Amino acid sequence: MTATTESITLDVHEMGVTEVNRALRALPDGSSATLTQIRGAHNLAVGLTNKIHITVEGSTGYYLGGLCDGPDITVNGSPGPGLGENLMSGTIRVNGNSSSAAGATAHGGLIIVSGDVSSRAAISFKGGTLAVAGDCGHMSAFMAQAGTLLIGGNAGESLGDSLYEAVVYVGGKVRSLGADARTEDLTEADVAKIRDLVEKSGFDHINPENVTKVASAKQLYNFDALKNQRY
Amino acid sequence: MTHQDNPALRESATFPQDMISMVQTMASTGRYEIRGWGAKRKVPNFDDLSFITASVSRYPLEGYRERCETKTVLGTRFASKPLELDIPITIAGMSFGSLSAHAKDALGRAATNVGTSTTTGDGGMTEEERRASKYLVYQCLPSRYGFRPEHVRAADAIEVVVGQGAKPGGGGMLLGQKVSERVASMRTLPAGVDQRSASRHPDWTGPDDLTIKIAELREATNWETPIYVKCGATRTYNDVKLAIAAGADVVVVDGMQGGTGATQDVFIEHTGIPTLPAVRLAAEAIRDVGMVGKVQLIVSGGIRTGADIAKAIALGADAVSIGVASLIALGCNSPFYEKDGVKVNVTADYHALGTAPGYCHECQTGACPVGITTQTPELMDRLDPDEAARRMTNYLKALTMELTTLARACGKNDVHHLEPEDLVALTIEAAAMAKVPLAGTTWIPGTGL
Ligand code: SF4
Repeated sequence: MTATTESITLDVHEMGVTEVNRALRALPDGSSATLTQIRGAHNLAVGLTNKIHITVEGSTGYYLGGLCDGPDITVNGSPGPGLGENLMSGTIRVNGNSSSAAGATAHGGLIIVSGDVSSRAAISFKGGTLAVAGDCGHMSAFMAQAGTLLIGGNAGESLGDSLYEAVVYVGGKVRSLGADARTEDLTEADVAKIRDLVEKSGFDHINPENVTKVASAKQLYNFDALKNQRY
Repeated sequence: MTHQDNPALRESATFPQDMISMVQTMASTGRYEIRGWGAKRKVPNFDDLSFITASVSRYPLEGYRERCETKTVLGTRFASKPLELDIPITIAGMSFGSLSAHAKDALGRAATNVGTSTTTGDGGMTEEERRASKYLVYQCLPSRYGFRPEHVRAADAIEVVVGQGAKPGGGGMLLGQKVSERVASMRTLPAGVDQRSASRHPDWTGPDDLTIKIAELREATNWETPIYVKCGATRTYNDVKLAIAAGADVVVVDGMQGGTGATQDVFIEHTGIPTLPAVRLAAEAIRDVGMVGKVQLIVSGGIRTGADIAKAIALGADAVSIGVASLIALGCNSPFYEKDGVKVNVTADYHALGTAPGYCHECQTGACPVGITTQTPELMDRLDPDEAARRMTNYLKALTMELTTLARACGKNDVHHLEPEDLVALTIEAAAMAKVPLAGTTWIPGTGL
């Protein structure tokens, strides 16, 4: 027997974060919830595994959608640091900007930001995808292990510092590359991947065939003191 | 010719033979030493303290007869499901990757046998480890290798690792030779690539952020699971206060003798403070913010004996954590491994690593002669998990007996009733660090007493 789906509205200011999260956790798959009166609350919609849709009406504090493995979240506002940190699956669509460490350590899922994101976006990425329409702050994709960061605008300093296997695509300018990051030619597979992301995100100002690809130069993969490795 | 052959030979105190060898190795290789274990140099430690047990003025409990409680509850501040351990001795975080699956399994089973917890490490939680461990503490480390929400929910406690005693302020490096296919897939990196463990968390930077991070983990676990914060012992008094302010249920302080799987020797030997002063500073911080009995303190770093544990508890710890000592109990640095009742001498394998039984700290090589810190199947087979679990269980039981022996002799029917007044120091340094009187005096250096 499948549980009946629900559609609820939760007042974050009135209920408090913990009660809101409990109510979200209790929703059957296919349900939807709208969060109102956000007032910059931290830790909303974290650790959820149900396949629900959440609409967040306002700007949040830290870790919106962190540790999630299931829900789709739409934010009409600007989330604070650590948006979708350690995300496993699901989509977070932000109609606004986001702060630092967006998508940090995400293993999966898709995060779409219509504005700009601050520093260290996609830091320590482990397979997630982050698409940003605008600019990205410094040290983005730092130590990113796997996954994709698409930046429609410009990238800040030290992009892709200590990258592993993650790949970054930049539509605008790259201020500087970090240690062990290098630009590479686009392959057909890259273009297909970007095209798919452009379609999903609606960022049609990005031309999939005209972006800069940044990937690891793999010179720091194995410590070797005699190679004059640069950090 | 040696010093024995010619007493006129004088070794330099500034350049003893091991220092000469180190300088020459750096000169020939252009790199520093990366190694396992903890600080090898002598630092003031619990051996520099002694219990002033019962006599005329105190009344002892009968050994082997009267009960001495060892039950230890961790995480009573905010978590709705605190950990109730049978003994105050826990097993420290050591990663699958650094340790073999057999070693992790043995530690988990032994901890379960005696009713205590074991801890994951960098690289995440393995199925075997979860199955083997009744109480499993899940580490949230800067690298977040293999960090998964389902494991957050499956954990009995979560330990946010800010640092460790062997390398406070430093990250780590699992050298490529230990990165097998399984280890690599758990860490989302290619096999054979050095796995750099970050020195700082990716999504928070200071104590105010940590408060929110801890709240996030609580939300993700419905406020049920205790949250620990682990720090390498440096600015311990302030760090413990900040960890408490950030909302920790339990603070773990790891002194400079604490071990590692692979860290630069310069870090291991030259950073942090010894466990002895760290425990006292941490206990004072907890007292000064009015959190005695609410926030628990776990101390680690060079804990070897029941005496060490009793002294740590007397100075304010609620529990201790053991790492290197547990590896030794499994057979680390033994000249033999035992298979089907037969002892096999592996001294030659130690020699091949440039070391010898009793001196080994070559965990970083992945070529552990006794199969503990390796991912090579032939070497892993040298550690029989049943025998290893049996040895570890015995060791934990023996430690507990030593601990209760001392507590009873101090007249305590609960090991947690041990207190600083039960101790004296044998050296001025230890008296100053532990803030207990120098034996035979009332003098506590540095306090004006
Ligand atoms: S015997 Fe094994 S576990 Fe012990 S120090 Fe040597 S390599 Fe490490």
